[in-house]
Amino acid sequence: MAKQRKVYVTESGENVYGVIAEFATAADVYHAAEKVRDAGYSQWDVYAPFPIHGIDEAMGQKRTKLPLACAAIGLTGAGLGFLMQYWMSGVDYQLVVQGKPYGPWEPFVPITFELGILFTAFSALICMLAFNGLPRHNHPLLSKERFLAVSDDTLAICIESADDKFDPDQTRAMLERLGGRNIDLVEGD
Amino acid sequence: MTTMHPDESAARRLAGLANGELPTYPVAPGTGDGSLVDDPAVRAPLVLNNRSFHDITEIVCGYAEKPPGKWWLPLFGLSFTIAQVGALFILYLIITGIGAWGMNNQVDWAWDITNFVFWIGIGHAGTLISAILCLLKQKWRTAVNRSAEAMTIFAVICAATFPGIHIGRQWMAWFLLPIPNSNAIWPNFKSPLLWDVFAVSTYGTVSLLFWYMGMIPDFATLRDRADLRLRRNAEGPRVFPFLALRTDTVRAYVYGFLAMGWRFSSRHWHRYEVAYLVLAGISTPLVLSVHSIVSFDFATSILPGWHTTIFPPYFVAGAIFGGFAMVLLLLIPARELFPNMKDLITLRHIENMAKIILATGMIVGFAYSMEFFIAWYSGNEYESFLFTHVRAQGPYAWAYWTMIFCNVVSPQVFWIRFCRQSPLIVFIISILVTIGMWFERFVIIVTSLHRAFLPAEWSMFWPTPVDIGIFVGSCGIFLTLFLLFLRFLPVFAMAEVKAVLPQASPHHPHDHAKGGH
Repeated sequence: MAKQRKVYVTESGENVYGVIAEFATAADVYHAAEKVRDAGYSQWDVYAPFPIHGIDEAMGQKRTKLPLACAAIGLTGAGLGFLMQYWMSGVDYQLVVQGKPYGPWEPFVPITFELGILFTAFSALICMLAFNGLPRHNHPLLSKERFLAVSDDTLAICIESADDKFDPDQTRAMLERLGGRNIDLVEGD
Repeated sequence: MTTMHPDESAARRLAGLANGELPTYPVAPGTGDGSLVDDPAVRAPLVLNNRSFHDITEIVCGYAEKPPGKWWLPLFGLSFTIAQVGALFILYLIITGIGAWGMNNQVDWAWDITNFVFWIGIGHAGTLISAILCLLKQKWRTAVNRSAEAMTIFAVICAATFPGIHIGRQWMAWFLLPIPNSNAIWPNFKSPLLWDVFAVSTYGTVSLLFWYMGMIPDFATLRDRADLRLRRNAEGPRVFPFLALRTDTVRAYVYGFLAMGWRFSSRHWHRYEVAYLVLAGISTPLVLSVHSIVSFDFATSILPGWHTTIFPPYFVAGAIFGGFAMVLLLLIPARELFPNMKDLITLRHIENMAKIILATGMIVGFAYSMEFFIAWYSGNEYESFLFTHVRAQGPYAWAYWTMIFCNVVSPQVFWIRFCRQSPLIVFIISILVTIGMWFERFVIIVTSLHRAFLPAEWSMFWPTPVDIGIFVGSCGIFLTLFLLFLRFLPVFAMAEVKAVLPQASPHHPHDHAKGGH
């Protein structure tokens, strides 16, 4: 049974996406993130113009499985590359080249390797986007003018209303206690 | 909105500093621009003048948003013209046949393959900076990686042109690919030439993906800035005066499309950094493999001077050597021409690259001497004849000694600290190295071919205007693309530069915004 998600609505009738607070320095947002993590929130995020060193631990984020996906896809690519060469020159149309065997593995190594690399590279980019839920056309946060400064120099924490522990007043009060500034509601789903 | 402390902004206002303008800080004597600190207890700054995050955004986005200096358009016009003339020569070559080149039955590879190896080698420095230095956690790479990666891609484009037109019947170029055709025959996977097709196309594709992924957050910054201007001002500059289309609208859409909806989430950054590491991890063996495979084109033949096992490492070292020279050739003028670029590309960056040139130049010099040693030690008379009688004193001896002077002798000035730290001297040596590396490929290819086993195979190669026109044209293509990159794309990896600023560290003491020490 999926738990019924509480929906909060603003006075103008829009759904509440979450509460956002800005922080002055990387150290501030790092320590605030540790507190939000310890308070038991799960649907929230730190927004920063650059990856903050160690923020994933401060947020309690598990290490991504992305490298495993890349390895699986890369090895598949290498395997397909080898099979392609073996089938084409060893099975489908056997051709004598300089008296060499039709399907030896040695000359197939370079192209097998290159195709493994090619598949891994595509998988790294595509998995990164897919695991992040990108590309997406718009996002409630991007509608907020103040939020756009995150891509310049602003550090922020946004706790989403989708979180079970979310409460418009208490969450806001907690962010205020943690040193958040310009605390604001974010509208949209 | 900035992370600047209110007291500090008040102090700046009282000091009469305009928005974004910075006070000049005292620089310790003997440290050049302040980045050349030798004291191991002092961590040399990677970005000068205590820049804030906002300064970095303003500087880097300014290159893409503000009109460029007066130099840009004439230079672009010139290089674009050269590129077009080169394209006309290529057209002439396709219409006429490759007999329009100076090659003949004896010397059947010449400038075309020389240029191919020359350009593909240049690309390798970009991948070295973006991949290998990333794995080695060399933070200084953040200032140069974006432009070096751009250089890689443009160099691969130039490189790929040459084998493409060299094949003779260019409309049959698809024969290189393993696609079914009416002959039902497949390409020969046992040939290094086909390995090369896969290696170079993989290299180009992976470099492009790596470059693009690095730019996603920076595209998002450019998108958000355009978006902000659109929201705040009803009017703004237009693309064309007669068209009701604002430049910022175009920016918001184009950069917005390329940014893929990036919103600087730390959960995204985590996966992004892991994916970046995966790409760096696979690009490292890739870059080593590409020039190794290029060298197999020669090493698997039986021709004296080509048939050697030293080729793969020798080619890779030479590629990095020549590539770094090209990075410096592009960046030293760029940091003079663009405002504030010297704060991001410091003298230490130049010195570090000069040191890499010195180290790889020594490897290349060692490889040259090893070739001679093995020619003697193997007792193979064809091999030793080639080295003693052909390369060092044959009709192309001038090319050989140009190569030795440019690649082995000239970088030795970098043993002197003053020469490594002087942009002018580094620039001059980079020119010499670039010339030397072109001659290296020419010497390898042409001198071996023009004195093969039988005297009946002996001949000379002289370039025709078509040879020269296409080579100069490829330089024009390269420069045109690089100038467009400087004008329209984020020239620095803003997010990465911000991440290496002292104030980006979560363990940095609470002095607001400006990284004090």
